[in-house]
Amino acid sequence: MPTLTEKKSIRPASRAQGRPAPELIFGDLWEYDPAPETADPKLKARYDLFIDGRFVAPKSGQYFDSINPANETRLAKIAQANAADVDAAYRAAQNAYTKVWGKLPGRERAKYIYRIARLLQDRAREFAVAETLDGGKPIKESRDFDVPMAAAHFFYHAGWADKLDYVAPGRRVAPLGVVGQVIPWNFPLLMLAWKLAPALALGNCVVIKPAETTSITALKLAEIFQDAGLPPGVVNIVTGFGDTGAAVMGHPIAAKVAFTGSTEVGKIIMRSLAGTDKKMTMELGGKAANIVFADAPIDQAVEGIVNGIFFNQGHVCCAGSRLLVQESVAAEVLAKLKNRIKVLRVGDPLDKNTDIGAINSAEQLATIKRLVAAGVKEGATLYQPPGVLPAKGYYFRPTVFSNVSMSHRIAREEIFGPVLSVLTFRTVDEAVEKANNTAYGLSAGVWTDKGSRILKMSTELKAGVVWANTYNKFDPTSPFGGYKESGFGREGGRQGLLDYCQLA
Amino acid sequence: MFNEIGPVDGVGIEERVAKYTTRSIKKNAKLFGLKLATSMVDLTTLEGKDTPGKVASLCQKALSPHDDPSIPTVAAVCVYPSMVRHARRALGSATPVRIASVATAFPSGQAPLRTRLAEVRAAVGDGADEIDMVINRGAFLAGEFQLVQDEIVAVRETCGPATLKVILEVSELETYDNIRAASFLAMRVLRPNDFIKTSTGKTSLNATLGNNQVMIEAIRDFYLNTGTAIAMKPAGGIRTAKQALQFLVAVKETLGDDWLTNTRYRFGASSLLNDLLRQIEKERTGAYQAPYYFSEAAESY
Repeated sequence: MPTLTEKKSIRPASRAQGRPAPELIFGDLWEYDPAPETADPKLKARYDLFIDGRFVAPKSGQYFDSINPANETRLAKIAQANAADVDAAYRAAQNAYTKVWGKLPGRERAKYIYRIARLLQDRAREFAVAETLDGGKPIKESRDFDVPMAAAHFFYHAGWADKLDYVAPGRRVAPLGVVGQVIPWNFPLLMLAWKLAPALALGNCVVIKPAETTSITALKLAEIFQDAGLPPGVVNIVTGFGDTGAAVMGHPIAAKVAFTGSTEVGKIIMRSLAGTDKKMTMELGGKAANIVFADAPIDQAVEGIVNGIFFNQGHVCCAGSRLLVQESVAAEVLAKLKNRIKVLRVGDPLDKNTDIGAINSAEQLATIKRLVAAGVKEGATLYQPPGVLPAKGYYFRPTVFSNVSMSHRIAREEIFGPVLSVLTFRTVDEAVEKANNTAYGLSAGVWTDKGSRILKMSTELKAGVVWANTYNKFDPTSPFGGYKESGFGREGGRQGLLDYCQLA
Repeated sequence: MFNEIGPVDGVGIEERVAKYTTRSIKKNAKLFGLKLATSMVDLTTLEGKDTPGKVASLCQKALSPHDDPSIPTVAAVCVYPSMVRHARRALGSATPVRIASVATAFPSGQAPLRTRLAEVRAAVGDGADEIDMVINRGAFLAGEFQLVQDEIVAVRETCGPATLKVILEVSELETYDNIRAASFLAMRVLRPNDFIKTSTGKTSLNATLGNNQVMIEAIRDFYLNTGTAIAMKPAGGIRTAKQALQFLVAVKETLGDDWLTNTRYRFGASSLLNDLLRQIEKERTGAYQAPYYFSEAAESY
């Protein structure tokens, strides 16, 4: 009789006779009906620039289309700002800083920031639908993560605004002045909140440029600024493409620039700002290692792997895109992972049951396809679960590459899509070596039942955040930022505030 | 044993099951789920005050839960051993509803083994199709795993052709690691389509999505490893149709379509049935019925 203490493999007769191995059937016996979120996103047909507290037409008169990546239809026309518009935005910000915002006591600033947070909560569903339409992320993520977290960041930093004496004990803090910020398209509203909230809490004024594919929620938030009575010019939003971003980063009034985006663009910005006295923070790309040891709780690790790489279609700078798994459990982890991703639902982002929505843009989809093709060509083994993708829109199946080695492009370059590369290791040292053998260093994950190993790994991994037995956990109180080519400066927590002030 | 089957992370399990509760089940999918859940109910009465009359009316409810003929019968009635013969008389011999009986000194299991086996023998002799046994939690917590397993084997042998359901009483095992270990302990000596079951319903905490997830993941791992399909029965605490659908979503996304049948999955419940019927009627008519059509209390079946 098999017992608990002696391991006994029970091979049923069916296996011995060479019948197929048992499999789970994830079929259509019980299909979920469509469950679309129906709240009205209250979109305008045309969005102007938000400068000095008002919506103003761009000086060039030019607008570009914002596309819904789920079905390739136009959502709205967005104003395209040129250097003159950016200049107007900076002058408005400078004016607001010297005359109003920089002089307000912290407790008064806090009232405005609290008001913004509350108004955002009031309109949470509307913002969630707008975010999903504009960016393609599943409604359950925009509803349960993006919008609540954005509000949380405003709340948290509002709380700091009258307690700035405690940011750097023994020293006094002062605002920097006007800061220029450029944010990416993967978390349009949340990145906006990450950038604005600490800047405003410390008394800075802001010129910010959202990404060209996802400008809508930023401009909707401008409506909230108006409703909250935020003094004109404190926040100015200029929309447009790379040239607009360059104008925001390079403007002489900017005392500091903050950028979140690709390492490639980050390097261009840093080169262009060499020789100026602007302060800088950069939050750039990543190629995080998610490390699974043999003693890990495997099912929960698989869940964390899925959360790490398929959250927001993998459009996450801290995505766990390299899975390092100990060789003795590699086959088991891979088998469980394949079974798990069979039940991920890819499709209409507005459907409440969708797990993986649309890729943000046609360009990004092309990038993902190019890198996946490179992975196949270099000899990695590709697995994608079966299933039908919508005919229109930019979609990509969750993809797992096994038999990947460190020299493969898919193990080195940031794919920024739902593509996981699985590598193996044998010892702890090898895991650390492989995890750190990358130009990036934004995040890492460790899965083990052994607490001492977690502590050891957290000191040896060169990554801004190391998650233990979990992944993709964020909190306004927790600083976030990178090592090496993943950038510098921190966002969130007390450390994040230090990047938006000068110490005296 | 614990090393071999691997640990369970409690935080991770609870995050996983929280995702099931965000699934939005609408229209036809909802109706299908509600009827499926109805067909999986083990309609239960386990009280000191049970009488032959109460059991007879429970059996009538089990046979025809509602006057709508498209609604299936429930899977089984679940009663104490002394009520088995009354249930058999009420249901007759040619009936789709099976008779399940708790046995082995339910719910504590604190009786000599031969007493417990005699109880099983009596229940089967009176016509029980299924036996719900409790494991020896005292022995499990004392580390006497072999004893626990030997007792399960003894009950299995005594059951004869009757289906065996092994109640782990998860709230007394306390940790997810223990629940996973106890699941394997039982599954390794069970026959295909025998059950493992969460609870007696007699403790404060019974079936939860977390406990259910740990057990169905154990069933999945065991099946993929050995080819032996074990069935699952959460019991106690599932009172609403909404909860039942969440449990079924967990089954669909963990074990797949083969477990979406009442030979592989059951709900041990009493008041759940009327909420399922109420929701089915609401889907059919588009409006909730007056509360006195569907009683909250299982006493009035």
